[in-house]
Amino acid sequence: MSLATIADREVHVDDEGFMTEYEEWSEDLGVVLARNIGIEMTDAHWTAIRFLRDDYRSQGETPTLRRVTTVGAIPTKDLFNLFPKKPAKKMAYIAGLPKPAGCV
Amino acid sequence: MKRLLVLGAGTAGTMVVNKLRPLLAESEWTITVVDQDDVHLYQPGLIFIPFGSTSPGEVVKQRRHQLKAGVGLVLGEIDVVRPDESTVKLLDGRELAYDYLVIATGTTPRPDQTPGMMGGEWRQSVFDFYTLEGASALADKLRDWEGGRLVVHITEMPIKCPVAPLEFAFLADSHFAGKGMRDRVEITYVTPLDGAFTKPVAARRLGGMLEQKGIALEPDFYIERVDNDAKTLVSYDEREIPFDLLVTVPLNMGADFIARSGMGNELNYVPVDKGTFLSTKWDNVFAIGDAADLPTSKAGSVAHFAVEIFTENFLQLIKGEEMSHIFDGHANCFVESGGGKAMLIDFNYDTQPLPGKYPLARFGPMSLLEESTINHWGKLGFKWVYWHALLPGRKLPVPTLMSMAGKQPDEMSETETFEKEMMR
Repeated sequence: MSLATIADREVHVDDEGFMTEYEEWSEDLGVVLARNIGIEMTDAHWTAIRFLRDDYRSQGETPTLRRVTTVGAIPTKDLFNLFPKKPAKKMAYIAGLPKPAGCV
Repeated sequence: MKRLLVLGAGTAGTMVVNKLRPLLAESEWTITVVDQDDVHLYQPGLIFIPFGSTSPGEVVKQRRHQLKAGVGLVLGEIDVVRPDESTVKLLDGRELAYDYLVIATGTTPRPDQTPGMMGGEWRQSVFDFYTLEGASALADKLRDWEGGRLVVHITEMPIKCPVAPLEFAFLADSHFAGKGMRDRVEITYVTPLDGAFTKPVAARRLGGMLEQKGIALEPDFYIERVDNDAKTLVSYDEREIPFDLLVTVPLNMGADFIARSGMGNELNYVPVDKGTFLSTKWDNVFAIGDAADLPTSKAGSVAHFAVEIFTENFLQLIKGEEMSHIFDGHANCFVESGGGKAMLIDFNYDTQPLPGKYPLARFGPMSLLEESTINHWGKLGFKWVYWHALLPGRKLPVPTLMSMAGKQPDEMSETETFEKEMMR
């Protein structure tokens, strides 16, 4: 756990750079985090990220890809187009949520 | 009379009833367990069946013979649980009422959930090995298979016994080498994870072993469908992997009645408190073993340690006391690595698998995250332990909670940030 400065704000991150404090995140930070990994946010990106934020608040854990598709009603194919190659990890990173538990 | 009802007479359910029966007076408590059939499968033995070193008959016994006297067994399929009325309805119309319910119906491979997986090539060139039928069919196939592209594939996490597909790849390497045909087999390990395993230290070691054995790794592969005509796996990001023989681990899901009862998450696992296994919604419902949504491995070993905790807690609960035992997610698993050797891993919610010795620091005799012959004997010997000590509910000489004794802390390689990894 360490402090990082993102968009001139000090936030807590883990050693891979994922934010660890739910309340420290805001949508403008999301834009910067997305740019960090080469993504420009569009409305379609935001639909997914907002679902992640809401779902985390009610469930207490980062939703899996399957959950974003079944509960958030966003087709998996679209998620791969929006967040290429590693959608689950990329969405969590932009949404300021812990990395999805890989379930040992 | 108070009624404890357990759904599922597998590893977790059988241990629960056998542990509790001697501790709850028969004049005060009935204990009943429901299962859809009378066949108890020794699941750790399935991995050897495809290679012909274990026969299907060696891994099954009757469920009824594993249950202590005083435990009722009801054979029937569960239609629905009505948790607000504390009743369970079976498909044949019978209704069972309970004071406390334990859901232990596990998780099941569901090849029907991936388009094309059960198409024309199913059990022709597409196999699973987590069922007795699948493992036996694969044994028949391998007996005279002449070689080609073997793809070992995981559909999606979480899966039961998450090391088993790696074991399968290692044993396949060793099996084909033994038959003098390793040079005619190309093995690829395809996984939705970003490496050979979930946690970094084990992922590095196991990834290294894949490389040593000449097994190619295809990470971050999230399958969309199986193309039966082209004989390829197709991912959502349109990668295609050709196979001559596909050994897949289908999507794993909890039982359908959990969905029908409105008690599960999107994979039909029951949300529970991860320290006590008490349902997050109903205060007389528990879920133990693979049926629960715990963030740890789905494995008999987790079920074993969980049942130890649950038993102590349950006795407190029915006396009106607070449940004071908290599970740490402890699990340990043998990892067969081929050539008569195996590794062992030991971990919990917070501590990833680390190298070292187990169960005693320095003395072992088993080695963690390292191949040894003793570990392999451990795996083979565990079968006796399972039937004669674990299922009957005897205390095994290993700690319930994970211990750091004997473990070497993380070798601490530099962790790369996600931004860097993505922008490379």
